[in-house]
Amino acid sequence: MAYDLSFAKEVYKTSEVGYWIKMCMQCGVCAGSCPLGPHWEHSPRQLFQLVRAGKMEEVLKSDSMWMCTSCYNCIVRCPRGLPITHIVHGLARLAVEKGMADPKQPTRRFAVEVFWDNITSTGRVGEAGLTMKLYFIDGIGPGIQRGLEMKNQALGMLKTKRLNPIPFRSKIKGFAGFKAMLDKAFELEAKKESNA
Amino acid sequence: MARRCVMADGQAASQTILVVGGGMSGLTAAVEAAEVGRDVILVEKRPYLGGRVAQLNKYFPKLCTPACGLEINYQRVRNNPRITVLTLTEVQEIQGSEGDYTVRLRENPRFVNEKCTACGECAKACDAEVDDEFNFGLSKVKAVGNGHNMAYPNRYAMSPEFAKTPEAEKLVAVCPVGAIEPKMEAKESTLHISSIIWATGWTPYDASKIRPYGYGRIPNVTTNMRIERMANKFGPSGGKIVRDDGKEIKNVAFIQCAGSRDHNYLPFCSRICCLASMKQTTYVREQFPDAKITIYYIDLRAMDRYEAFQKKIEADQGIRWIKSKPARIDADLESRSPIVIGEDTLTGVRYADKYDLVVLATGMEPNIAASPVPASGMTYDAYGFLANATTGIVGTGCATGPQDVSGSVQASTAAALKAIQSAAKARG
Repeated sequence: MAYDLSFAKEVYKTSEVGYWIKMCMQCGVCAGSCPLGPHWEHSPRQLFQLVRAGKMEEVLKSDSMWMCTSCYNCIVRCPRGLPITHIVHGLARLAVEKGMADPKQPTRRFAVEVFWDNITSTGRVGEAGLTMKLYFIDGIGPGIQRGLEMKNQALGMLKTKRLNPIPFRSKIKGFAGFKAMLDKAFELEAKKESNA
Repeated sequence: MARRCVMADGQAASQTILVVGGGMSGLTAAVEAAEVGRDVILVEKRPYLGGRVAQLNKYFPKLCTPACGLEINYQRVRNNPRITVLTLTEVQEIQGSEGDYTVRLRENPRFVNEKCTACGECAKACDAEVDDEFNFGLSKVKAVGNGHNMAYPNRYAMSPEFAKTPEAEKLVAVCPVGAIEPKMEAKESTLHISSIIWATGWTPYDASKIRPYGYGRIPNVTTNMRIERMANKFGPSGGKIVRDDGKEIKNVAFIQCAGSRDHNYLPFCSRICCLASMKQTTYVREQFPDAKITIYYIDLRAMDRYEAFQKKIEADQGIRWIKSKPARIDADLESRSPIVIGEDTLTGVRYADKYDLVVLATGMEPNIAASPVPASGMTYDAYGFLANATTGIVGTGCATGPQDVSGSVQASTAAALKAIQSAAKARG
């Protein structure tokens, strides 16, 4: 079997800070430092070695990138200074772009299907709308069931003014500027990819 | 000790070579230069020669005692009238250029004069104790003593703090030969020198800086240099490797690259720690024939001919080799035993294994980083070692980079030659 470097090269060039993967010395400190370590399919170290080995499917279909809680323990301890959290987020984005992320992965669904729309439509997070959309993501039946399960928590949060009950929030002041910022970011990103 | 010394008010164009640091590197350079007829002044900041080698229990790969190599060099120093040894001495300032240096020295007070016969009466009468630096704080020593069993010169020295106390005055009467002088003061002197060999060696990296490993916080996490002292029969535990609670040791782990090859600590490989840990497994095996031993490593660096030593150690079936840099150490408070946590990179398994004793294989910090050469024009590499030298100032041993003992000896023989060449140029 030929040693296919194309995936590794693509990651180094296009994925956020993906070129740092070359620096990994496979010591395993990241895996041991991760609070969710034993619950991932692959540790960061394993993901990086799989990238180098050209195993695109195994990497992009892994649930690992979606398990990261951005606690930054791995970055702090990595002996070679790899920005592991950011690399992992970059791989998650690549998985979405290539349509290879598991459609049922809950974190992916929350991030891509719920959170992004919520924040970009108004410029702020509307908790009630966010929660509702997340609960009803699988249809009305499961939505009502989830809502009932979490009823007491929701009422408690309302009582302590930790939850804004209005599901649809107004846009932030200067929304046009916020939109322009996002558009520019997309433009820069597209340019970076076409240069790659 | 009173040997001829070339002072500033003496000769103008001296061909004397100054060697700074009395460890294995400095000793070697001094005897090599003196034995071909050069005058050498060997300065050492401690009260005795021997450096780090004097603290080792055994050398790798032959597993013989450092007493051997040191004794031979002490003999060569003692028998050579061309070598002047100045202990407790530091170089304050170097001026001039190749062939013509003016060096200012400060000789710190020993508080014990050359009449001392090392009879030990003062130590017997002294109640005050100080931290034992030679044993890495594993024990306390009397405030007056000769440092260690292989100290050269074998002459007592007194702790400067103790010398200020009234108790020190009482020892004056105790000494049968009148050697105790608590009022002794530092002396400054100036020398004319043709070339300089800088051999100030290394200090073990401070393991307490590696926070996730809990050294100093978690019981029974120790360091490789402490194990050397423990295993030495003249050491603080009489040669026994011990836990702090004296409980039996059945399961020992060595963690390689503790604070090395890590941009948070020392970024470089110290080159000796893999071999040192392999050597130390033999200490453990000798004392605890049934003990389980685990070595955690990133990759094993048994350089060059040392691979044969690794093969020899690999024959011990009681050693587990785990390719992993542990992420952290937790404390099991009940058993006072450390738990090592990380990922076995060959199997992907996340482990959390408890040990009776964990040894951190810490690396070498160059002493030169804290005490640079007090001369202009010196440059240091990214890791703090002496990089070049001007032609008249030659670095050797661990002042220039991590080295094992035999490498230091070879480098120091080479340094002696360079220094002799500078001295020859001075003659013109």
